[in-house]
Amino acid sequence: MTTIPHPRPLSEAGLAVERHWRELAGRRRLYTVGGILFLVLAMSGSLWFANDSNAGKFFDRLPYLFDFAGQMVPRDGWEIWRALFDLSSPYDDGSLKYNYPDGRVYFTETLYLPEYFYKMLETINIALASTLVGFGLGFLLCFLAASNLTTRRWLRFFVRRFMEVLRAFPEIVIAGFFLAVLSIGAVPAIIAVSIHTVGALGKMFFEVVENADMKAEEGLRAAGANWVERVWFSIVPQVMPNFLSYGLLRLEINVRASTIIGAVGGGGIGEALRLSISRNHEAKTLAIILLLFCTIVAVDQLSAWLRSRIVGRQAFEFGRGA
Amino acid sequence: MTEADSSALMARHPAVFNRPLMERLRGFLVAAGIGLYLVFAWWLFAIGQVVSGGNWDIAGTYLADWVSYEVRPNIDFEDNALAISFPRFSPLGDDPRPEWLVTETALVESRSSAAGEAAGQGGGATSGEGFLGALGGKPADSSPAERPQESFLGPVGGQAPASESAPGQPAIQPAAATREVVVRADVSLGGENRILIEPGRVAVTRGDETLVLDVERNVSVTPQGDLPEWASQRAPGAKVIVRFGFAGRAEIEDDEVKVRRRFLGWENFVFDTRSSYWGKPASEVLGLVAFGERIEPARSNLALAWDNIVNNADWQHGDVWLKLLQTIVMAFAGTVLASLLAFPLAFAAARNITPNRFANQALKRFFDFLRSVDMLIWALFFTRAFGPGPLAGISAIFFTDTGTFGKLYSEALENIDDKQREGVRSVGASPASVQRFGVVPQVLPVFLSQSLYFWESNTRSATIIGAVGAGGIGLKLWEAMRTNQDWENVAYMVILILIVVFVFDNISTMLRQRLIGRQAG
Repeated sequence: MTTIPHPRPLSEAGLAVERHWRELAGRRRLYTVGGILFLVLAMSGSLWFANDSNAGKFFDRLPYLFDFAGQMVPRDGWEIWRALFDLSSPYDDGSLKYNYPDGRVYFTETLYLPEYFYKMLETINIALASTLVGFGLGFLLCFLAASNLTTRRWLRFFVRRFMEVLRAFPEIVIAGFFLAVLSIGAVPAIIAVSIHTVGALGKMFFEVVENADMKAEEGLRAAGANWVERVWFSIVPQVMPNFLSYGLLRLEINVRASTIIGAVGGGGIGEALRLSISRNHEAKTLAIILLLFCTIVAVDQLSAWLRSRIVGRQAFEFGRGA
Repeated sequence: MTEADSSALMARHPAVFNRPLMERLRGFLVAAGIGLYLVFAWWLFAIGQVVSGGNWDIAGTYLADWVSYEVRPNIDFEDNALAISFPRFSPLGDDPRPEWLVTETALVESRSSAAGEAAGQGGGATSGEGFLGALGGKPADSSPAERPQESFLGPVGGQAPASESAPGQPAIQPAAATREVVVRADVSLGGENRILIEPGRVAVTRGDETLVLDVERNVSVTPQGDLPEWASQRAPGAKVIVRFGFAGRAEIEDDEVKVRRRFLGWENFVFDTRSSYWGKPASEVLGLVAFGERIEPARSNLALAWDNIVNNADWQHGDVWLKLLQTIVMAFAGTVLASLLAFPLAFAAARNITPNRFANQALKRFFDFLRSVDMLIWALFFTRAFGPGPLAGISAIFFTDTGTFGKLYSEALENIDDKQREGVRSVGASPASVQRFGVVPQVLPVFLSQSLYFWESNTRSATIIGAVGAGGIGLKLWEAMRTNQDWENVAYMVILILIVVFVFDNISTMLRQRLIGRQAG
């Protein structure tokens, strides 16, 4: 911006202010330029390093990206539906690629569920079960971590660090450990996702508890209620809507997390997706992606609707606690 | 409070004291529903069955492996002798002589070693006389004081019943070669626990109990008396497994004793056994690095030490650090690229900035698509396209987070205060200047704060998607876990990841608090 010439010269004080302003503006510009420069350097360094240590180089592999995307186009559009609903395909040549009815899960002689729907339900149940378990344990722990309810500093410190470790501990390690002990299946995924959920929800919960109104608690204390009664009758009714809202948010995250854990051996739809991508079964892959996409959108919408009913607009803090 | 008071109170607040049935039952019903669901989940995943079928013995070993290591000597039974061997790449180096494994040797005379073997097969022709006296057992260490000298002859004499003594055999020619063999091995497992191994006989002591086992070579293992609860045998004559808790275990088979002795700590964490610095105390290493003669003439001791650390075969420090850096880079580059792309797109997607309903809706659905196609799908897709490595991880995070940031940014833009824009517009600024001076200053701190938050959480996600092939430490972690033998390496990597996550968590929280004040916490 060009400086506008002043109609009359500034006073001594005015000049001092202007000098100071210029100084501040200059420093600010320096910080901005320095920050951007740093970011550019860090980014180019990162990208160079990533490209250098990757198995295939970016520009070498770029044409194959489109090839691969092209390979994912099925022979005809109906193949996706056939794969999704386990209908027999006209291209069936005995290989796994086009043999869809093989994976059906029969409940009775005639009543069956298509394979991927069953796997998707399995994944959703993993997410739901571990959210419930995590919710329960996080609920029990959070009051011990809140400074307005737990006066013993060491206990609070211990509970908070414990939850932090649960949250930061890589899920994949917990899953891997229990996969080694319990063999491949859904239970390791449930354990891994639950442990992470306890830590994540516990942190959200105790922050909510610390912001609770303490007047009701004071009233109960005056009436001689013990700690459990005070928590249960004065704090829980206040914080429950927020707890539920965070729990639902967690459910959305957990559906994604259990899909990922599934891909490394935890069962469910993630495993099916990984297998079909690596085997080049394009119709199956697209069917799974379609199903997964619709499920995630549906879960997100359902959870958003429930949350808006529980706490109104205020809880739409998207992205908290990932 | 009198009865009149309380009834007055109840009359005044009927809503509190006479709640409808459904409202009173609601909590109970919800709890019952959750309980029923959990029972259903228990049944669906067969949790009881899976948990009881789990290999919990191994779980204990795996957990112990996180913080300890095993040394695994094998003691083979030969004719009237023992052969002690360590597996290759033993944590104790090529020629281990641990002080907890005390051996005694004796000179054995045989016509030739091959002939001696043959005679051995023929029913134990080598009798007690074959020994030229157990001369000066060669303890490999400093603990012979525990055993009085007399005991040397004991096992040798005890040997006799096992092999048929053959007085009628011709005396062995004095010209025959003598060789020194191990005739007794004493493995200490801490405290009173020890395993005493002699050809044909193994005595295991745990606490105040002692179990003696007779071993008929290549035929059977027979315990004398009942097995204590810390020992087990599948079938009569089969191998016996004895357990010493954390200190280790041993399998006594009819041809060898496999000892697993466990020690707390991470073995060879700095230098592996091939390094010239291996086994030296820290002060000596420092002295060598600072003042010592060059070990390899080609390079300085410091360079050698660094090279040995980075290329440590057991811990692969160099590779682990490289992979960790890849994970950090994946999270960083993915988040920055996603923010850069989402920034202009969010302006086009915000209703109040771009008054074009079609563009708004199309972009918002596009963001939803990117976000809802899971990070896993993107990761698998790009792993196929780019090959395993951080490029796949960067792309996966970039695609997912462009959707997330687009949604967040456009929501933030739709909630801005319109007065600033109007003010800038009223002085005749160009549309670009209106955005630059009327909108960006309001939303930039929020944008940056969101990006910083996701940078930190992406560091965690990058670990997980690494395991499906998207590079970084996740893949390395997964490989280490798959072999089921390198749990201590898993622990090492987990500690590194935890440190990185905590550091980034703190940096991100600090920067966000500076940007938008305390409420970012």
